[in-house]
Amino acid sequence: MSSLNVSDARTGTLPWALAGPRYLIGSWVWRALAYTLTTIMVGGVLMTVAFPVYAPLAASVVMIESRAVGDVIFLFLLGVVMVVCFGPLIAIPLGAVERRRLRIVLPGPDHSGHREPPAGLWGWFRTRYTEAATWREVAYAAVMLVLFVVTLTLVGFLFTTALTLAATPFILQSPEEAPLSMGPFQLYSSMDALPFALASPLFAIALLYACGLLSYGHGVVARSLLVGPPKEELYAELGQVTESRARLVNAFEYERRRIERDLHDGAQQRLVALSMDLGMARVDLDEDSPADRRVVAAQSKADELIDEIRELVRGIHPRVLTDRGLPSALAELADHCPVPVTVNADLPRRQPPHVEGTAYFVVAEALTNAYKHTEANAVTVHADLREGPRGDVLRVEITDYGPGGADPSRGSGLTGMADRVAVMGGTMDLSSPVGGPTRIRVELPCTTEQPQTQR
Amino acid sequence: MPTVLAEDGVLLREGLVGVLERFGFPVVAAVGDGEELIAAVDEHRPGLVVTDIRMPPDFTDEGLRAAVRLRRAHPGLAVVALSQYVELSYATELLDSGDGEGVGYLLKQRVGDVREFASVLRKVVEGATFVDPEVVRQLLRRSADPLQRLTAREREVLEHMAEGHSNGAIARKLVVSDAAVGKHVGNILAKLDLPPDDGVHRRVQAVLAFLRAQAG
Repeated sequence: MSSLNVSDARTGTLPWALAGPRYLIGSWVWRALAYTLTTIMVGGVLMTVAFPVYAPLAASVVMIESRAVGDVIFLFLLGVVMVVCFGPLIAIPLGAVERRRLRIVLPGPDHSGHREPPAGLWGWFRTRYTEAATWREVAYAAVMLVLFVVTLTLVGFLFTTALTLAATPFILQSPEEAPLSMGPFQLYSSMDALPFALASPLFAIALLYACGLLSYGHGVVARSLLVGPPKEELYAELGQVTESRARLVNAFEYERRRIERDLHDGAQQRLVALSMDLGMARVDLDEDSPADRRVVAAQSKADELIDEIRELVRGIHPRVLTDRGLPSALAELADHCPVPVTVNADLPRRQPPHVEGTAYFVVAEALTNAYKHTEANAVTVHADLREGPRGDVLRVEITDYGPGGADPSRGSGLTGMADRVAVMGGTMDLSSPVGGPTRIRVELPCTTEQPQTQR
Repeated sequence: MPTVLAEDGVLLREGLVGVLERFGFPVVAAVGDGEELIAAVDEHRPGLVVTDIRMPPDFTDEGLRAAVRLRRAHPGLAVVALSQYVELSYATELLDSGDGEGVGYLLKQRVGDVREFASVLRKVVEGATFVDPEVVRQLLRRSADPLQRLTAREREVLEHMAEGHSNGAIARKLVVSDAAVGKHVGNILAKLDLPPDDGVHRRVQAVLAFLRAQAG
């Protein structure tokens, strides 16, 4: 932001008006007056309504010298309990009112820092009583009480003074009112009162400036305690984080496919060719001769290597997934699982590669868990596509009929799965009661955005 | 038997040419994609086509689609398709072409055993149906309903049938009498609801029934 913009932003604010020569004839003075008057009104209501809440605390402070220590401590603790229990109930609506009132003197973003509570009364209470925004509002309520008293005193003094001074010449027109004492001065006539009456506008001006300064100070305090960080900024930041996260996921997915491609088209093809060459060598050798046995051994090593690479690729991003999609890949995965797996995958169309990759990874991990960590004797894998409000949602459900009791914190790959799903903007539910079955349900949004990839 | 080979990997193509020539399948054309394959077959009229399933330009099932087209255009043309992985729908599409005779579906890694590979080619050229043992194994694992009705021995026999073995060969492999194998085959056909008057293709039909049930 350039310095020009900064000064632009400051023009037309209350402090700018207060410092300028035209405060008293502009609109800001009216705003300051309005804010001050409403401060006194809201403060009055607050002081009355909140009395039961702050009374014990106030009493404990007042009685700190006159009463027994035990009583004071009791009152103090009672006060704290009252404030903690009922403070938010008053402070939250107060906060809402004050954020609106804040617009009079400090226009700008004025949303609360409150979170969206879950449905139900209990959810509301749990959210509100545990978030910082609520307790900042409670603090504000206390500040508000003090500011109310200060405002009322100062404004009240300046107002009555200005009024009284202005009124003295008129009062002294009836002689029976004389002499009027004005501090050290004794006034006997309207003429005597004239200099005082002339001072009245000064007090009026002081009153208006006091309103401005108090309003501004109050507003700054209110903003710092009541207004959360601008939502647009948060959303923008969140958007950036989400985007970069999606880019990362896509980059990883792309890398996985590249590794698979390199292994497949490079190493594996060469190994198959090597195995074939060795096979050809055998054709020219006497069967069971020492040379033949060596070639057989070499060939079986090459074949093992082929299988190993195949297994490796299966754990990353198998070719069948790229070529034929999720149902075929899941079927092949199931075929290589030592536990009998029933796959029920009915998908009318292909999903974006990163969605297929993640779903495949989740099922692969779940099957590995099922046979490594449980004695599951049967696993079912179910995949379907549902229409969600924002496009298709791929739902994958893996149920193993093992002993259950899976605990993500014991690092059985469940956290890794949840992370990878979360990055995609998906959700993962785990249900694993002791006694089984263990069910993992994953929902992945099929967003079409993906980076430019090449074969 | 003049042969056309389609394989996009240069290294593997050269190796395969060597193997084919060595076992009496002179390669009249070795090409790298499905379109070239069709052109080469139209030009050379070979007796056998060995093709990779996954080839340029899209690297999906170009070879398979070319093979199915060729089978339709040239009845009696023997086709052996090589696949990177077990994909039942590939096997089904291929075996469904023509009457299922003279086709083979083989995993690529199988070509290392050149003698076995050559013998599969010979069987297919003679009109047999050959399905990779791994495919059959997975089929039998995946199959739910029809398989439940087969005994362990009958599954074993079906596996061998799918690999293109005759009753006599199966009997030797399982070390039982020909009659016993005949009985098993009869039971399999009955359990798979294949009518007894269906003639010579019933063995192929038995395998196809499985493939369709599983892949479809």
